[in-house]
Amino acid sequence: MTAVVSGTPRFTISPRRKVVNKAMLGLCVAAATFAVAVLMWIFGYVIVQGARYVNIDFFTNLPAPVGEAGGGFLNALVGTGIMVGMASAVSIPVGVLAGIYLAEFGRSWMAQVVRFINDTLNATPSIVAGLFAYTLVVLQVHRFSAIAGSVALAVLMIPTITRTAEEMIRLVPRTLRDAALALGIPEWRMTLQIVLPAAASGIVTGIMLAIARVSGETAALLFTAFNNRFLSFALDQPMSSVPVQVFTYAIAPYDDWHHQAWAGSLVLVSLVALFSAAMRIATRNRHRMRA
Amino acid sequence: MHPMEQSSPRASTYLAEGAAHGEAASKTSADHAGNALSPGGPSPKMRARNLTVRYGPIVAVTDVSLDVPARQVLALIGPSGCGKSTFLRSLNRMNDTVPGAVVSGDVELDGQSICGTEIDPVLVRKRVGMVFQRASPFPTSIFENVAYTVRVAAHRGQRDVADRVEHALRQAELWNEVKDRLKESGTSLSGGQQQRLCIARALAVEPEVLLMDEPTSALDPIATAKIEELVSELRKGLTIVIVTHSMQQAARISHRTGFFNMGSLIEVGDTTTMFTRPREHQTEDYISGRFG
Repeated sequence: MTAVVSGTPRFTISPRRKVVNKAMLGLCVAAATFAVAVLMWIFGYVIVQGARYVNIDFFTNLPAPVGEAGGGFLNALVGTGIMVGMASAVSIPVGVLAGIYLAEFGRSWMAQVVRFINDTLNATPSIVAGLFAYTLVVLQVHRFSAIAGSVALAVLMIPTITRTAEEMIRLVPRTLRDAALALGIPEWRMTLQIVLPAAASGIVTGIMLAIARVSGETAALLFTAFNNRFLSFALDQPMSSVPVQVFTYAIAPYDDWHHQAWAGSLVLVSLVALFSAAMRIATRNRHRMRA
Repeated sequence: MHPMEQSSPRASTYLAEGAAHGEAASKTSADHAGNALSPGGPSPKMRARNLTVRYGPIVAVTDVSLDVPARQVLALIGPSGCGKSTFLRSLNRMNDTVPGAVVSGDVELDGQSICGTEIDPVLVRKRVGMVFQRASPFPTSIFENVAYTVRVAAHRGQRDVADRVEHALRQAELWNEVKDRLKESGTSLSGGQQQRLCIARALAVEPEVLLMDEPTSALDPIATAKIEELVSELRKGLTIVIVTHSMQQAARISHRTGFFNMGSLIEVGDTTTMFTRPREHQTEDYISGRFG
């Protein structure tokens, strides 16, 4: 009040506010730069170390014996593809359906329990998922196998997909559901044909996150799928994967193998990035809802 | 400046404005004369009997009995939170979708009860459609918005879907504006067009009754006028119940008007009578702008 009484009204920003504003903005920019810089550093380092060794042989050849040049990661690339594919085939339907359940019937005590367990699973270290698959599959048949690896990966994927699907379905406005129901559209059709498509792009993002996460998963595969130096399509046999092969090569004492490990890392990161981008473009919602 | 003295002239201004508004409104006034629902007249299309709706501990609608005359427009007015929308939603079982809502009393459609657990709300909603305050096109194309409804709710074969879509869009006076852009997104339309798309979608089910919950409160005056013209056209074949905050709108397009306050139906009657000689003090106070 004193300011009004003591003189003419001033509309200039006070010097203190200017300084605080600049300082806060500076802090935000610094934090964002730091976050991106670390990411860029990692990515740049992988490129610098690995780019030289990514060539046709890397994609088409099997590992060469130590000392021989020209070996590749074909077995590992195929193995990762198969195991991530199998894990996705199980975890995407289970995760999305569980997400629908939680979003649409989330009030019951049963749903509360499911949600709590799911969140706990989401925070579970991957080695625990590996142990679970080891006990469930490997110990029963006394053999490392692609199936055991896929089980471990699926266990890691389901909670992520469930959580995102639930959140995305909840974001679909009530007005859209009401509009559908008021037309005499049965509830199950409303959920599957109106709500789910409206939430699709968000759910796909969640699925991509889950796939990206397990594509680089090493701990869960070490003692489930183990490794295989040959190209294998047998699901009941040990199978190679890119991260496990990178791990094996990285701790080996041979320079050749170190180079290949860098190349493997680069290819893995690039594949995940490309796949994510492609999926985002393919499922981009042309019919965006108003906010 | 006694409020009672000023209220009557002001109330009748609504009607004067309405009459000046155009063709639609003059038809309304002409229709009024013979259409008062009198005892012993034609049986109502819908009938609510002692309807009470509770949301948990809150009573939203208290013991409302109201007839909805066939092929007329019934307007429901009243201040925010007076229960008129809740009442409207119980006419096609939409309160089923609200967690914790408990409905007692009865609602009849053509003399048959639509309440009770043995009644399939999906079948009720096919005969009693609804349009909401906020237009919610499905996140698909303009064509598909209506076509989906035709296929799913009206159980039409694939063959005449395109014809049915065109018919519904023409009924909603939208066809000429969208016929060259049917593949575009429904959400790319303007607000008023989106609302007419939603009406087209509702008409595609071929309902007998259309409930409209403040269909123009989010629209500009020109879009509002289009919807009002549409309502005047549709009432020839359809029973319409419209909830509105605009008393001018009620005066322009309805045959009968019901006034709600605090969850109760205070008064219902011929629209002309309601706006010129209301029986109840509360009604008079509300339409003269003393509260609400």
